Amino acid sequence: MQEHEVQMQVNGKVVSGKVESRTHLGDFLRQSAGLTGTHLGCEHGVCGACTVIVDGDAVRSCLMLAVQADNCEVTTIEGIAEADGTLHPLQEAFRNNHALQCGFCTAGMITSLHAFLSENPNRSETEIREAISGNICRCTGYQGIVSAAMEAAEKLAKR
Amino acid sequence: MGVRQIGARVQRVEDENLIRGDGKYVDDIQLPGMAYAAFLRSSMAHAKIKITDIAAAQALPGVYAVLTYDTLPSSLVSKTQLETYPAPIIKQSVCPDLLASEEVAHVGQAIAMVIASSRHIAEDACELIQVDYTALRVAVDVVEAAKPEGPLAHSHLKDNIAASIETKFGDVETAFSECDDTLKLSFKQHRGGCHAMECRGVLGDWQQQLGELTLYSSTQCPYLVRRMVSRQLDCPESSIRVIAPDVGGGFGPKAGYYPEEALIAIATKELRRPIKWTEDRREHFTATNQQRDQIWELEVGFKKTGEITAIKGHVTHDSGAFLNYGLLLSATTLMPLPGPYKIKNLHVTLNTVYTNTVSTSPVRGAGRPNAAYAMDRVIDAVARHLSIDPADMRHINLVKNEDFPYQPGSKHRNGSMMTYDSGDYTGMLAMVKEMADYDNFRQEQKQARANGKYLGIGLACFIEDTGMGPYEGVNVRIDVTGNVIASTGAASQGQGHATVIAQVIAEQLDIEISKIRVESGDTGKFPHGIGAIGSRTGVNVGLSANDASGQVKKKALKLASILLDKHEDALELSDGAVRVRSDSNQFITLADLALQLSPAVAGKLPDGFDSAGLEAVSYLSSDYMPHSSGANIAKVEVDIVTGGIKILDYYVVHDCGRILNPMIVDGQIIGGVVHGIGNAMFEQMVYDDAGNPMTTNYGDYLLPLASEMPEIHVAHIETPSPANPMGLKGAGEGGTIPAIGAMINAIEDALTPFDAYIAHYPVTPEYIVELVDSEKIAAE
Repeated sequence: MQEHEVQMQVNGKVVSGKVESRTHLGDFLRQSAGLTGTHLGCEHGVCGACTVIVDGDAVRSCLMLAVQADNCEVTTIEGIAEADGTLHPLQEAFRNNHALQCGFCTAGMITSLHAFLSENPNRSETEIREAISGNICRCTGYQGIVSAAMEAAEKLAKR
Repeated sequence: MGVRQIGARVQRVEDENLIRGDGKYVDDIQLPGMAYAAFLRSSMAHAKIKITDIAAAQALPGVYAVLTYDTLPSSLVSKTQLETYPAPIIKQSVCPDLLASEEVAHVGQAIAMVIASSRHIAEDACELIQVDYTALRVAVDVVEAAKPEGPLAHSHLKDNIAASIETKFGDVETAFSECDDTLKLSFKQHRGGCHAMECRGVLGDWQQQLGELTLYSSTQCPYLVRRMVSRQLDCPESSIRVIAPDVGGGFGPKAGYYPEEALIAIATKELRRPIKWTEDRREHFTATNQQRDQIWELEVGFKKTGEITAIKGHVTHDSGAFLNYGLLLSATTLMPLPGPYKIKNLHVTLNTVYTNTVSTSPVRGAGRPNAAYAMDRVIDAVARHLSIDPADMRHINLVKNEDFPYQPGSKHRNGSMMTYDSGDYTGMLAMVKEMADYDNFRQEQKQARANGKYLGIGLACFIEDTGMGPYEGVNVRIDVTGNVIASTGAASQGQGHATVIAQVIAEQLDIEISKIRVESGDTGKFPHGIGAIGSRTGVNVGLSANDASGQVKKKALKLASILLDKHEDALELSDGAVRVRSDSNQFITLADLALQLSPAVAGKLPDGFDSAGLEAVSYLSSDYMPHSSGANIAKVEVDIVTGGIKILDYYVVHDCGRILNPMIVDGQIIGGVVHGIGNAMFEQMVYDDAGNPMTTNYGDYLLPLASEMPEIHVAHIETPSPANPMGLKGAGEGGTIPAIGAMINAIEDALTPFDAYIAHYPVTPEYIVELVDSEKIAAE
């Protein structure tokens, strides 16, 4: 199988490696970059657990090939907090609102919401529910997640 | 200090890692030299098979080994999966070969295992293995399969009946002869699969020089896995360490023992390198246990007043291809009958039937949601027949407060009489009606109907046997740094057990939660354990953590009494030290006390101390099973043109006794309700007539999404359980158990003008339109 050189900025650091054409971004991040915070839930683009931010957009890393992310800027859950470790308002709000149980969908929820609220933090509950309708959570029933998103949105709007 | 911890909304100690992406799930673990496994799985539901070529797979660069039934090591006790829960009542027990030998019994059954340098290569190699299939008759429909002449799911069986069980009490025949009226009803219940967001995963690491196996598994029951792998491979339990690290949801199907766990153990031992298998989502649909169909046929006897006096009937339960989880689903289906209702005469039989579909085992609630659904459908059917409001009908039949402790007459599967320890069933019904503004909604409903809008309201009341023993131990140890280490046999899949254990210890020892480290889900850290099943962990670890830390406190006071030369009554434990009550400047820290109990320092243990360390272990559990209970109301609007259902609101009143952490309990309840809503409206595992699964991705198999879920309003009452000293009852499944009934009753209530009877779920838009149309056509 032919291999390709790829290089991308991941959470502000240059990451490069050799990948097969068929290697998706999720596997590249997890296996080559060692960033296992991105979780693969369905590998067919429905559950949203593997969502990462590529050049500002929320992207399912199981549906994007690593070669397609060549020269892109990628943010994963590991890059959401400040460099000094201070939690992002979304992370704080997830803890405050019991928005996670098993934690497996959490990275995708936070990255999806991060991209969504970065565009515009003034969002209604209905809009937030729509925004995460591509992220499946089996544990929480979504209520805590929606409350967390509302709390974080309010904080982000004041920034 | 002195902060109240038990009962407080304490934030979870688990969250810090998980919100940063620092969790560690099985697939996140990389070991040096690790290889990857993939499975070739049957593409036919029932066939004789012959593996004709593995050479091409073996020859693929990067492939280390191809294992089949014939090449499994002869040192195994059996090449067939050992029974997890054998029982004399099982008439015909069939478990799968670890890798299929001659016959496959469902699409997805493992035939061969490839070990390679990458998952890609392992999967490529699977495609190179040649298998000849000779099709056999296929048993898909459980009703057909249950018939004597039905197609056989396994060609060596006489029939498909694995076991027949029953629940019987009272005098059913006399009660039927004396009742005012009877009603027959039948319905099909369909429950979906696991669908934890993390699929299953197993990583085996055999260390030849130590003769030890470490097996990481995304399991709910690490000790069960240890026991079964030990028996299957004939190696001592002490040489096997099973670790369930962070586990991304369990919901029941991860509580079993699976062929993949044995096979990874075998392969790492044979190849002497770490081997990891991560299930993909299609495999999750075809190789992880599910719950599925039950066909219920009931006859109900009742008085004109609404009092139900007798129930009899039969349940046909689809077991899927194998019985690798024993009769737990069947037993938990019958055992909870007649739920919270005072029905004195009951006889229900159940056949467990093999079909050529994926095996089944409990999914959140096990058979309890089925039993609860049956009872709430009975109540609504009789209510409608007698034109009694469904809420009044429930009030008439519910067990009353003066009845506790109440014994319905049924037996628990552990042989004891079922005993409802405490509760306030009618109080919860009144409370949930008030929350939902029930009486006004009936008015609103009338007006809406006049405007062509179909609103519905549905009720469900339930009981749940929880906190099953015999134990889930906790060891509490204070080390020389003054930190507390709690280790436990409990395993977690997101329930927040570590937080709850820390809360209990923090309150007992008056110590900050940040100083408590909880170790769980690791057989190397604690000798005995059972697992997170049946809403039992909070009760058992709560009691054990409380008891063990209480013992540690006594030990600390006793030792401090010697060292400070004060009577124990003059001492108190606060803020990490034992202090003299009258002079808090006179104290000795827990760290120093722990140091004194390290013999290397003290030379010998002080007089009166017969165990090392400032530690204690407890396996305290309930005297009998505490019963949680609840009352739910769902409000829906049904669009009779599109068949769409909008859930307007959902109300829960729940009683799990004394609450350890209300935030966590609410999370369990809300998540559980949404799981039940998924069963009622979305989740459907479909097989075609040839036994091919038709729904093996999340485009075809629907799960509840944020955009469709309502606000779920939760309230609690706390009737402490007299069955244990803390008054605890379980909370893990009480959200799911009543939810299907409340939803279906609400949908049917909305369709009252069409006289619709909902005979099966999930209720899809197509089914709604069908129900409405058939009635319209009949009217014309």
